[in-house]
Amino acid sequence: MLDTTQTERHTLSVLVDNEPGVLARVIGLFSGRGYNIESLTVSEVDEQRHTSRISLVTSGTPMVIEQIKQLLARLVPVHVVEDLTIGPAHVERELALVKIVNSGSERVEALRVADSFRARTLDSTLNSFIFEVTGNSSKVSAFIRLMQSLGSVEIARTGVCGMTRGNTIDLADKDEATG
Amino acid sequence: MSFGTVMKKNDIKSKNSGKISPAKTASATERASAVMIPGAELLLKVLEAEGVDVIFGYPGGAVLPIYDEIFKSNAIRHILVRHEQAAVHAAEGYARSTGKVGVVLVTSGPGATNAVTGLTDALMDSVPIVCLTGQVPSHLIGTDAFQEADTSGITRPCTKHNYLVKNSADLQRNIEEAFHVARSGRPGPVVIDLPKDVQMLDAPYVEGGVWTDRPHRYQPRTVPDRAAIKQAVKMMKAAKRPVIYGGGGLINSGPEASALLNQLVKETGWPVTLTLMGLGSVPADDPHFLGMLGMHGTYEANLTMHGCDFMLNLGARFDDRVTGRLNAFSPNSVKVHADIDPASINKVVKVNLGIVGDAVEVIRALLAEMRAQNFAANEKALAGWWQQINKWREKKCLAYQQKGQIIKPQYAVERLYQLSRGRDLFITTEVGQHQMWAAQYFGFDRPNRWMTSGGLGTMGYGLPAAVGTQIANPKATVIDISGEASFLMNMQELSTIAQYSLPVKIFILNNEWMGMVRQWQELNHGSRYSESYSASLPDFIKLADTFGMTGLRAETANDIDDVIIQMLETDGPVIADICIEKEENCFPMIPSGSAHNEMLLSAAEESTATVSEEGKILV
Repeated sequence: MLDTTQTERHTLSVLVDNEPGVLARVIGLFSGRGYNIESLTVSEVDEQRHTSRISLVTSGTPMVIEQIKQLLARLVPVHVVEDLTIGPAHVERELALVKIVNSGSERVEALRVADSFRARTLDSTLNSFIFEVTGNSSKVSAFIRLMQSLGSVEIARTGVCGMTRGNTIDLADKDEATG
Repeated sequence: MSFGTVMKKNDIKSKNSGKISPAKTASATERASAVMIPGAELLLKVLEAEGVDVIFGYPGGAVLPIYDEIFKSNAIRHILVRHEQAAVHAAEGYARSTGKVGVVLVTSGPGATNAVTGLTDALMDSVPIVCLTGQVPSHLIGTDAFQEADTSGITRPCTKHNYLVKNSADLQRNIEEAFHVARSGRPGPVVIDLPKDVQMLDAPYVEGGVWTDRPHRYQPRTVPDRAAIKQAVKMMKAAKRPVIYGGGGLINSGPEASALLNQLVKETGWPVTLTLMGLGSVPADDPHFLGMLGMHGTYEANLTMHGCDFMLNLGARFDDRVTGRLNAFSPNSVKVHADIDPASINKVVKVNLGIVGDAVEVIRALLAEMRAQNFAANEKALAGWWQQINKWREKKCLAYQQKGQIIKPQYAVERLYQLSRGRDLFITTEVGQHQMWAAQYFGFDRPNRWMTSGGLGTMGYGLPAAVGTQIANPKATVIDISGEASFLMNMQELSTIAQYSLPVKIFILNNEWMGMVRQWQELNHGSRYSESYSASLPDFIKLADTFGMTGLRAETANDIDDVIIQMLETDGPVIADICIEKEENCFPMIPSGSAHNEMLLSAAEESTATVSEEGKILV
């Protein structure tokens, strides 16, 4: 039996046909049924097959997560729904651009923190930096929190993208192999 | 035995086990054999190839090229309705009574938005519909052009799938796929939005289809997992107080599903109950049939659901009208749920075993596996269970007394049932008390004979649905059991009925109230009957007269048989105004927020019942 009380956070990888309206279909499913989207990224991954991969992070009870997966899977343009969180080990990464405006010792400290997070400096003026940081969401969030304590910041985050570890190279190929 | 082991991730992956990549452009071989013809002509050719013989529609500026082709076509008949919502309901009646895809054609803007209620109705009740909508020319899309609406945006949440065809090269593939999507898996409505330029410009057409020879990208599972079937039969063998709970999936799966279900019932000797959408799957007079379950279901059906230790759900979706209060729903049973839609399993009720598959395939596999496992019902336990069920039956929850000359609605429906027996008969209904009385007192012995709006509860469904049903079954007797308030919602279709001389019989249970609203106001809102009175009703006999139909009226119980017989024996359309007891309520009833074992059986119980505050917020 499924547990209905605990909320879980899941990262889903969804391979879809890159056709008009497909993103609206996915998002509409979440908003129409009152589910959460914590982050969502999408881009075409196969130009010949015209497929895109949507990586999305959602949270809900196990019953809701199962619903979300089944509802996604029954959309016509959706080929594969993979739950990275319950699947074999996976990696997920997020990229953030953080602009910080500050001066004096805080400016030095910001640069030092950026270095320890292996953030790259993309832009610099006499009283500002733009850092690029990548990592899992908690690392990115930690970096942003530190920056916020060192000055005024502006943030752009990509949201999570992820895939399974190991030697299977693409959901599409896996799908064809089992077909 | 947990859900997780059976509905594993592989099921999701295997959805499209065929090769990916529906090519966006025509392949070399397609181009070689393609001829260029105008889009509208192509559309008609593809419709014909899909077996379409009737379209329900209403013209307008953005679909004139298609209407021009219809003018030239001899193969496809167009039925002109009087409102686009009615076009979809008519197509639903056509689809539900034949098992075929119903086709709708409407114009852009208001044509499309008027169709939305019908599309939502078809989505909720899983009816296969292809709805063609006109659209302003491609280059005007997004400019707020005359009669422009974002049809694909508006209909996205109320269709199974939709298309906006911007490229003529995609036209044939999109139409063919639309039919496949509408009729496969859990059926539903599909919209194809066709800009006017796409209808007029030449598009590549390939005789024999471009889509059928390719691996399909939408391939829902129909054959159930063998391990799940084995597990299900094991569970069935342990059952002491079983019940089979069947739904609309049995109808959608085709008449064979009902035949197999009857075999399953015979072989197990188990009690069976059906949802509103499933009525007809088991003959009403089968001794194993407990009647409909749910809010206005029978006492025996609901108590059997409450007390069972094993529930076999075949193609039903645990709708809130069926389950009552969820945390008290069938608390002590092992539940097996077979459904073609994986998303319906474990949506609201957690089950012990989910089986994804078509009802025909599932029941056939169950019967075979029962033989393989030497299934025998637990006779002793079953006899005790039936003894209990028969005690519940003795309550005679549907009993009523026709005293005096004021017509009881139950009596009217029961007489209609008795006097129309033996006919080739189809019943449609509107929504409300009359719908529930029809479900309770009219017996069905075959599937596809009962057309009603279940999920969406659309008042005004029954009259246009009767139009579509009569078009599909011209020689049959089609009766719309109606209420006066619902009837008024789509009564413009009287004009359609008159135009095509459809012998539809409209049987109005007229209590001069929106009866179900009134009943809920009585129960939940201190009998403050806010705006639920049907004022300024037309004289239905004169109304019939203006459309050249026969109008009849029954005012006393003595009239009723004569009126029904006269109605049935009239060749053309009839409006029968049945003046019924005004304040009769629909019983039995599970008040909202209550459980199956907390049913009200009569008005006497109603006066002492209190509905909880939690119950009152439920619809």
